[in-house]
Amino acid sequence: MRADSVCKRYGARDALRDVSFEIASGERVAVIGPNGAGKTTLLEILAGALRPTSGTVSVRPEEVGWVPQQPALYSKLSVAENLRLFARLEKVEDVEGTVARMLAQTALGDRAGDEAGRLSGGNRQRVNIAIGLLGDPAAVLLDEPSAALDPRQRERLWEFIAVLGTTVVFSTHDIGEAERFADRVLVLADGELLFTGTPDALATTMGGDHDFEAAFVRFLHEQGH
Amino acid sequence: MRWLLLKDLQILRRSPLLVALLVIYPVVIAVLFGFALSGGPDKPRVAFANLVPPGESEFDIGGRTLDAADYADQLFESIDPITVDSREAAIEKVRSGEALGALVLPEDATERLRATLGLGGGDPPTVEVYYNAEDPVKRRFVEATIEARLAEANAALSEAVLREAAGYIDVIVRGGEVPVPLVGAVQILGLERSRAIIDSITAELPADSPDRAALEQVARFARLAAENLDVSRPILASIGSPVRVEQTVVEGSRTPLDAFAVAVAVAVSLMFVTVLLAAGLLALEREEQAFGRLVRGLVSRTALLTEKVVLSALCALAVTLAMLFGLAAFVGLDWSRVPAWLAALLGGALGFAAMGVAIGGLAREVRVASLLALLLTLPIVFLALVPSGSVDPLLYDVVNVVSGMFPFKPSLRALDAAINGGDLLLPIVHLLALTAGFGAIARAALRRF
Repeated sequence: MRADSVCKRYGARDALRDVSFEIASGERVAVIGPNGAGKTTLLEILAGALRPTSGTVSVRPEEVGWVPQQPALYSKLSVAENLRLFARLEKVEDVEGTVARMLAQTALGDRAGDEAGRLSGGNRQRVNIAIGLLGDPAAVLLDEPSAALDPRQRERLWEFIAVLGTTVVFSTHDIGEAERFADRVLVLADGELLFTGTPDALATTMGGDHDFEAAFVRFLHEQGH
Repeated sequence: MRWLLLKDLQILRRSPLLVALLVIYPVVIAVLFGFALSGGPDKPRVAFANLVPPGESEFDIGGRTLDAADYADQLFESIDPITVDSREAAIEKVRSGEALGALVLPEDATERLRATLGLGGGDPPTVEVYYNAEDPVKRRFVEATIEARLAEANAALSEAVLREAAGYIDVIVRGGEVPVPLVGAVQILGLERSRAIIDSITAELPADSPDRAALEQVARFARLAAENLDVSRPILASIGSPVRVEQTVVEGSRTPLDAFAVAVAVAVSLMFVTVLLAAGLLALEREEQAFGRLVRGLVSRTALLTEKVVLSALCALAVTLAMLFGLAAFVGLDWSRVPAWLAALLGGALGFAAMGVAIGGLAREVRVASLLALLLTLPIVFLALVPSGSVDPLLYDVVNVVSGMFPFKPSLRALDAAINGGDLLLPIVHLLALTAGFGAIARAALRRF
């Protein structure tokens, strides 16, 4: 997955400025940065949900799974009906088989008939991710997947993501999560890509005597953010 | 699109309260509209005190006895009378709110009527009317009703007097019997027979008789009087009703009020169901966060809009068609026009659905979309029902243009034409143009959805 000189402008404001990077197959990449850095905008452009003002991305929308920050599913439909609907829209060949596989993968088989609106936040997020994975994509993009989840639900969510086996790009506010679950981090601030590398590399850049979160904050400060 | 349609139907099936509201609310509103348009207010309760002493309500015209109470009865056709025996009791009924108004026939009413008809001079009889002014609408209604009925009673009385007068003229011209109280029937010679007698006497007189000229003068007078009095009958009739009314419809149709009320009721129902459904269904896609997921390759924005338009139009079509069938059973509509009903309903449903998705696209939240839909649609209905001539011509043109920018007025015209006959093509074309226009607005709104 590659982004070349991606820019996104909303009126006079630049949400993304000349952002370029590459992500290798199977890699887990965290996009981190302060509020308003452009994390969601970048993921939406990679997912094909938003068009860049200029620049290109190498992947087509159907090649990636998209998991927006808020669970994008119909609360009046059951878990299985949501999965079935999106599987049909994705034109998945074996709809029922794929739904059964996703229910098993998300451990929601016993809740398959429950309306999505009655699920806990964690379970809704699992269904949200399962929908993103229905087309068996080579890469999955998750926008702050653990936001609004309690610590236990968050832990179960990351366990679930850890066994996916696909390229994973996720944005997060939780620097600790990025350090634990990402092979590499992209640091964005005010629409600019400031750093690409491993969490250790960022800490090392800052002298190596800080934990990752402190190194990240100091890094932003030094960059004028 | 098929799967989206099924999904929305599933969602509607799981929202029975919403569906019930969407169906019941517009139907109730529509039926109320229909009743308001087709039926006037109930008969107002009016206290009535006849203070004319018993047996004195009769009067004679030319030997014929008439009863004033018969003419007062005409008032009761449009009011619900509460009979009381005094003026005070009648006024008290008004004060207490039991009666909207009171009607008092004073003691001297018949006496004055006799004097007026007998050319004895004096003021004509007066009927006293007391109103309750707390409800101006009803007050206006009862005023108009009583005035109209009094005019009818006056006209009936006048007609009776004129009929008697015409009879007398006939006797004066042609001769005949006239009943005279206490004396009995009296034979009147009449002008025509008088002239004939004079003519026969004149013919027997010598040519140089000095009486001939005088008799010829009398005969000429009798002829002229008979001829002129003969034409006085239509003149008298014209005094009874001096103005005749001839009505010609310049524009529009002679749709009966009941049938027009059905068209209004169905159009209102069609509007509410379609606009609210289309606006809500589209806004729901964003509220559920599903829109972004759908339009990134799964469904195009245009297909999504088309699905919402088609679904809401079909649902509204089913509801309003059932409603039209139900109303047709009561009002007695022409069943052979069902294909025209379908065409009008479909045209209207498409127009309203496109307007609904435009509202949903702009509002982006179900609650805001519903509120906006109600705020927009209600004034559109009232604007569309403003009759020409009731406001300033320039203002009416503005109202007409504004009404034409929304689907209610063309839908009403299409339904009126479909139900009662008329040009269906023009309103349908208008509706299709509005469908395209609102569809374009909705499509533009989805760019920032």
